[in-house]
Amino acid sequence: MPEHETAAEQTTPASDVGRFLHRRREQIAQRWADEPLFRTVFTVSRDEAVEAGRVLVDALAQVAETGRVADTDAAGFTAVREQLTGMVASRARFGLTSGQVSTEVDGLRPPAVTLLAADLPEATPEHLRECTTLLTVLMGTLRLVVLETSLSEGQALIDRQQLELMEATTPVIRLWDGIVAVPLIGTLDSARSQVVMETLLESVVDQQARFAILDITGVPMVDSLVAQHLMKTVAAVRLMGAECVVSGIRPAIAQTIVHLGLDLGTVVTRSSLADALAYALKRLGADIVIAAPGGAGPR
Amino acid sequence: MSGTVAGVEARMPIRSDLDLVWVRQHVRRAAAALGFGLVDQTKLVTAASELARNTLVYGGGGEMAAEHVRDGRAQGLRLTFSDRGPGIADPERALSDGYTSGGGLGLGLGGARRLVHDFSLDSTPGVGTTVTVTSWAVRSPRQREEPR
Repeated sequence: MPEHETAAEQTTPASDVGRFLHRRREQIAQRWADEPLFRTVFTVSRDEAVEAGRVLVDALAQVAETGRVADTDAAGFTAVREQLTGMVASRARFGLTSGQVSTEVDGLRPPAVTLLAADLPEATPEHLRECTTLLTVLMGTLRLVVLETSLSEGQALIDRQQLELMEATTPVIRLWDGIVAVPLIGTLDSARSQVVMETLLESVVDQQARFAILDITGVPMVDSLVAQHLMKTVAAVRLMGAECVVSGIRPAIAQTIVHLGLDLGTVVTRSSLADALAYALKRLGADIVIAAPGGAGPR
Repeated sequence: MSGTVAGVEARMPIRSDLDLVWVRQHVRRAAAALGFGLVDQTKLVTAASELARNTLVYGGGGEMAAEHVRDGRAQGLRLTFSDRGPGIADPERALSDGYTSGGGLGLGLGGARRLVHDFSLDSTPGVGTTVTVTSWAVRSPRQREEPR
């Protein structure tokens, strides 16, 4: 077929770079395995680094052949995105910033460009320059893909931590038979207060609690919305047949609540968690008695 | 005292719940930097939280500007919350406790006014609302050394 002939002899910079990457796949992968980016990620064996390098070269060749060298969404990049994510995460664990990882990716460019020049000895200077520029653009796009990956990794980490923080900061503690407490830490926004209410109501059922203590020592500020969340939680606990005590009201918070005009008159409040526990114990019919000196009990 | 205290002046967008967190943190840091006591810090942060939430919920978003103000030797923090929302038709009513056009407790504006030293509300229906509050760091004047 004449068309086939033309395709084989066609020497656009993109197809030349694609063919070069295929032909020199092994050498490029070997050189890259010695670069910091690969050397520090694949520490167990050099073969792993070389293999990862081959996969990356294949991906770049695929991108070059489709001619979309400046497109970070090119199909070739999609194939290696997962591998790049792993490599970026590994470097990030070493404490490298996205910028530093990006610089390491740039370190892959010189070996590839050197090999390209050696691979096209009979090319005209004009054609060689075009091929080099194209390869440089391609490596620049790879750098961008890596940067994107590392930024989306960062966002994913933040989302995950936000969820974990929400779960972690609302533990329900059983203080005594029938008394549970939630130490609240941080700002009580709508999502947090929903989690608090759910976990508290569940534990009121599980523990057959008659008293639930909401300790706000770790809450930096109580505005009308936070107060509204607190009062809703108190009301819900009351509906479950238990009594709610709000403790840990610091002087600054108390003064602020008064100026704000909030009426917490219907809520039992205590200044400290210890006071709240003593109150609940007393209401349960138990009392804390300080043992008389020397009265450790008969043996 | 001349020159401004670092980390006080700022313009911050109020577009999401997350922005409210930055606003509260900035106001607390700025108030602390200007020598506000813990109670006054908490009052101002709470007022800022109420006003910023109003800007977000009723004004559809806007911004807060923080400024360092001085009156003689007194250091103050002025916060301006502005939005281009529907505005408030009846400011007196909006400032009264228990009145809300949303689902809140109706204490935000009135409560914020009681939490700060100076409060001004400027609203034009259809144009927007600007609320400016100022609080002063209460410091005991430095004792002059008595000549012996």
